[in-house]
Amino acid sequence: MNKQHYNFAYLDEQTKRMIRRAILKGIAVPGYQVPFASREMPMPYGWGTGGVQVTAAVLGRDDVLKVIDQGSDDTTNAVAIRGFFKKTAGVETTTQTREATVIQTRHRIPEEPLKAHQILVYQVPIPEPLRFLEPRETETRKMHALSEYGLMHVKLYEDITRHGHIATTYAYPVQVDGHYVMDPSPTPKFDNPKMQRMAALQLFGAGREKRIYAIPPHTEVVSLDFDDHPFSIQQWDRPCELCGARDSYLDEIVLDDKGKRMFACSDTDHCERRQSAQGEARHG
Amino acid sequence: MVEGDMKHGPLLRVNRLTKFYGARTGCRDVSFELWPGEVLAIVGESGSGKTTLLSCLWGDLMPTAGSIEYRMRDGRMRDVMRLSEAERRLLMRTDWGFVRQNPADGLRMNVSAGANVGERLMAVGARHYGNIRSEASDWLGRVEIATDRIDDMPRQFSGGMRQRLQIARNLVTGPRLVFMDEPTGGLDVSVQARLLDLLRGLVADLSIAVVIVTHDLAVARLLSHRMLVMRGGVVVEEGLTDQVLDDPQAEYSQLLVSSILQA
Ligand SMILES: Nc1ncnc2c1ncn2[C@@H]1O[C@H](COP(=O)(O)OP(=O)(O)OP(=O)(O)O)[C@@H](O)[C@H]1O
Ligand SMILES: [Mg+2]
Repeated sequence: MNKQHYNFAYLDEQTKRMIRRAILKGIAVPGYQVPFASREMPMPYGWGTGGVQVTAAVLGRDDVLKVIDQGSDDTTNAVAIRGFFKKTAGVETTTQTREATVIQTRHRIPEEPLKAHQILVYQVPIPEPLRFLEPRETETRKMHALSEYGLMHVKLYEDITRHGHIATTYAYPVQVDGHYVMDPSPTPKFDNPKMQRMAALQLFGAGREKRIYAIPPHTEVVSLDFDDHPFSIQQWDRPCELCGARDSYLDEIVLDDKGKRMFACSDTDHCERRQSAQGEARHG
Repeated sequence: MVEGDMKHGPLLRVNRLTKFYGARTGCRDVSFELWPGEVLAIVGESGSGKTTLLSCLWGDLMPTAGSIEYRMRDGRMRDVMRLSEAERRLLMRTDWGFVRQNPADGLRMNVSAGANVGERLMAVGARHYGNIRSEASDWLGRVEIATDRIDDMPRQFSGGMRQRLQIARNLVTGPRLVFMDEPTGGLDVSVQARLLDLLRGLVADLSIAVVIVTHDLAVARLLSHRMLVMRGGVVVEEGLTDQVLDDPQAEYSQLLVSSILQA
């Protein structure tokens, strides 16, 4: 592929303007799913075409892009998307959260608190949180408009009934700015509290479903729950085996074919930064 | 208007309600009043306009003409068709209920019995799992479903149980008005009898006003205080149930009653 054949960040300017209008509408109505004319991208849908289109629309020449998938910068998906923008936009890329100005993610919110100059772009497969119980779109639209969200609690009720506790661990529904309930899918609920009053702008793109939604900086984001079954995040009974963190999201990593396992931070940048800080402290 | 009028009038006032499907008449010039705790049966042959009337009242169909007024909990009569959508939907899941002929149309088949009963509570803001569950369990008991079935799915229930579950799901918010369209329709005779007994008891205990559509005069006799007989979309006779059944005035009602008696 040759760079000259593309407009900056692949999409033509008209398409980017259309997407930006959807983004602005999303920011004006926090949590509301704005329909947009999703374009074919040179990658399959499961690969985050919604996120890629949002990133393409917000990216400027001076931006520094980071792409993560499961918290890691070096999975096939993350490498492919980073490579895509390197080639089509020629922007600088990074694996370091604090250096990035735009971060596209599939499953995680970085452990390091994001700042006001950063934008977090989520790739979303299924944007409609009510779909599980109400398949009619005319009805879900009405429910959103009137803030009728009893059904979300029906889902949580069923969870507790079946499992003794709220067993939803990913795509845990949140209410944004006291009105729209949205699905932060497919991040773990561990990351939900980070969305609350985040300083960075959060944008969500669902390619196949043709929806964009947004959470402006410093917006109230509340995870739904029951008074007697309050929302809580995952906890581990051990620290990260690489950096010793006790407050980060851990992945179970299989080390060999004999079943040897290790628990380590899923946010690889966070983990590496902690390790090198510890190394420096030791070697002073 | 004096205070007394506000509190002690009819619950529902339907005035010249008309629905045309293009050139065809669904129902025409139907007027009646329903008082708190009163059970009104709407009977008539197939195609006489019963479901059309009920659908207009419930808001599934937009009437061509006429008005529907309802006394809200604050005692004021309101034009139902002029309520905002939010007000109307709130009314429908708190103060009104609808028991469908086919339970699958009135239940959520993919969630447990407890969640089916608890849904309306959660819709109006109940946020305590334990309380919702105990209220659901209480209601299952009242409709004679063993409370240890609370976590079962509706499809694990018999037809009669599903219908009772649908009733509990509607009554949990203490509605003052419930519409029923052939609630005993698809059931065996013995199951029907038990359901009718249960309905009669609940409606009387809770003094719920009911509009029940049925083609079964025995159901009307057992449950209702008053009857409307419909034919070709219009009301041909109206009166106390016993009077209409024992001494029908309109020619058509006479025919209807005698045909049942012979059968
Ligand atoms: N959606 C529709 N479009 C056109 N005509 C309709 C529609 N629904 C009902 N009708 C007509 O309106 C009239 C009244 O029908 P309705 O379904 O209200 O009768 P019903 O008394 O409920 O009958 P049944 O006892 O068979 O349920 C009939 O002539 C019917 O054909
Ligand atoms: Mg009918």
